[in-house]
Amino acid sequence: MAMEYSEKVMEHFAHPHNVGVLEDANGVGEVGNAKCGDIMKMYLKIEDDIIVDVKFQTFGCASAIATSSIATDLIKGQPVGEALKLTNQAVVEALDGLPAVKVHCSVLAEQAIKAALADYYKRQGIENELSRCADCQGCCDHDHGVVEED
Amino acid sequence: MFVYADNAATTAVSRTALEAMTKALAETYGNPSSLHRMGREASEALRQARETMAKCLGAQSREIYFTGCGTEADNWAIRYAAQAGAAKGKRHLISTPIEHHAVLHTLEALKKEGFEVTLLPVYENGVVRLEDLKSAIREDTCLVTVMYANNEIGSVQPISEIGALCHEKGVLFHTDAVQAAGHLPINVAAQHIDMLSLSGHKFHAPKGVGALYCRKGIPIQPFMQGGGQERGKRAGTEALPSIMAMAAALEESCAHLEENRKKVEYLRDKLIAGLSKIPFARLTGDAANRLPGLVSFCFEGIEGESLLLRLDLAGICASSGSACTSGSLDPSHVLLAIGLPHEIAHGSLRLSLCESNTEEEIDYILSEVPQVVRTLREMSPVWARMMETNPDPYKE
Repeated sequence: MAMEYSEKVMEHFAHPHNVGVLEDANGVGEVGNAKCGDIMKMYLKIEDDIIVDVKFQTFGCASAIATSSIATDLIKGQPVGEALKLTNQAVVEALDGLPAVKVHCSVLAEQAIKAALADYYKRQGIENELSRCADCQGCCDHDHGVVEED
Repeated sequence: MFVYADNAATTAVSRTALEAMTKALAETYGNPSSLHRMGREASEALRQARETMAKCLGAQSREIYFTGCGTEADNWAIRYAAQAGAAKGKRHLISTPIEHHAVLHTLEALKKEGFEVTLLPVYENGVVRLEDLKSAIREDTCLVTVMYANNEIGSVQPISEIGALCHEKGVLFHTDAVQAAGHLPINVAAQHIDMLSLSGHKFHAPKGVGALYCRKGIPIQPFMQGGGQERGKRAGTEALPSIMAMAAALEESCAHLEENRKKVEYLRDKLIAGLSKIPFARLTGDAANRLPGLVSFCFEGIEGESLLLRLDLAGICASSGSACTSGSLDPSHVLLAIGLPHEIAHGSLRLSLCESNTEEEIDYILSEVPQVVRTLREMSPVWARMMETNPDPYKE
């Protein structure tokens, strides 16, 4: 069966926001692997606890690109604490839904942000739960707070 | 501009097929099994359609059985051969890893029932080698089933040679000719083919009709029980409108086969030459032995579904064997079988042409694909990583 993407997904896929590399990023995270067909890389520039700029690079399907795009929109200008609270479900909702088989793309977007924040904490020398799994790419045992949806 | 370049998925119904179908729907509505005049008329139309199909394939009328689709024909032929083999203690079948799922899944089911299956290697070009087949055939081999031409990479198999070898060894030979029928010359007698499956909608007939050719003398058994249609072998009232459309479409395709082939091959080769200029692009399938309209590439650093949907936004209908388009985690079994690593197979694109495509359309595709590939690469971390160790072709 052909998959149905919402207009919102198609809009972000066709004209993604915040694409590229942030040369002066102080938090960079990458999740996924090319073998499975999805890789997301997030670049964050954080000043005074605020995400002042964000960019992404994504290898993946239309929904992987759309989730990256909307996720960067959702956290840009936000305090770090707010970005940490971003769930994959919020990403799905912001896109007016995703086909069931594509929900993992939203999980990847959430994980990419968390990985970038973990890298930020690590660079700042801040020890916390997130910084300890800075290199785990979302595959460690501890709960990343990801909610999978059917 | 709008370009339909997904003819290996399905084709537009031709005027000839549409007229044949409309005529059948409006006028030849009788049941071919009825004794009255409407029945006799329908029966005569069915006879003519069967004769037309047989002529196109170099077969005899009584060797053609109409089915609901190519998948049914594949299932029927393989199931029958396995059953007949088992009755003689032969429980070994030979095939290839790049068959359509209609064949592969039937073989998987047979394996669970105790049959043994050997899948021949297909190498990088997606073509089987006769010496591999020769050494794979055993005393207990009951069937060799090898597709005529592959639907994803277009590789054409040495069907006549495979047929000759099977007959020399006394093994039944079936070929899934769904992609070949109407596009490549077929002569079942000359090519030593015992059974052949085809599907109407791949050569401008409507969907929902196919055929199985089964050589006279092979006591094929019915797949489902019911009435005595198709000489007692395939129960169910014949789908006369679809059958008449398919016969008309195949006749037309075969009458213009060489002329269409020349035209489509020209467009195909132009498209291949143009797309080959894209950096880190590789043609998949055999460069010479390929379906006339089939163009298949992998573009490194990008993912096929994005490529496909971006092309769709540009008005180009194509297809891809990436995992995201298949709805599973793995890319196409065909691309993996020819040895492509997952990450490259994810970036596959198939453009399949027919005789109604134009050179302007090819030019349009050639103006769009390189751009879309570049845009997607520019946002790809995989491409960025590749460029750390390679000179970036997009930078002056």
